[in-house]
Amino acid sequence: MSEHPVFDRIKQEVDDSPVVLFMKGTPVFPQCGFSATCVQVLSNLGIPFKGINVLEDPEIREGVKAYSNWPTVPQLYVKGEFVGGCDIIREMYETGELVEYFNTNGIEIQLANPQ
Amino acid sequence: MPMDAGTIENLIKESLPDAQVTIQDLAGDGDHYAALVVSNAFTGKTRVQQHQMVYQALEGRMGGELHALALQTSVPKDN
Repeated sequence: MSEHPVFDRIKQEVDDSPVVLFMKGTPVFPQCGFSATCVQVLSNLGIPFKGINVLEDPEIREGVKAYSNWPTVPQLYVKGEFVGGCDIIREMYETGELVEYFNTNGIEIQLANPQ
Repeated sequence: MPMDAGTIENLIKESLPDAQVTIQDLAGDGDHYAALVVSNAFTGKTRVQQHQMVYQALEGRMGGELHALALQTSVPKDN
């Protein structure tokens, strides 16, 4: 897979930060509804994450789709592992699996709005 | 570029013949859909793998021709 030099950059990013969201726009100004949903879920759980704006980097934008074998952005990575896109994140959040997933991976959750 | 719901359903069923596919046109514009796909082929697969199987069935249209498809997958309940 070394014919994709961008894969090395992506791997570096997902290895360097425990939680990485490849997204359109930035965490403060998401430029797509699906990316905004993911940012909101992570924010509700109080999870610090690194947002990577694919709109600013066409190479990453295309590269991450091949890297994850996933056709769309946003994409969430935890500890270097691809967790899913917006639908999966939302579903996992609603069923409580996402909290469990972060717990299992040793990522601290600080609920902003405890029930 | 709009794509009709029947085409999406047919593509999914070509790859996953037993699938029950329910498609909703969310915005009425032929461009924003929600699909529920239920198939025995998903047994033992992670959610990511299940969604990848559906994306594969759509043969690269997802993210291109097909802008937005909110996807939910599951195994039939009576299994």
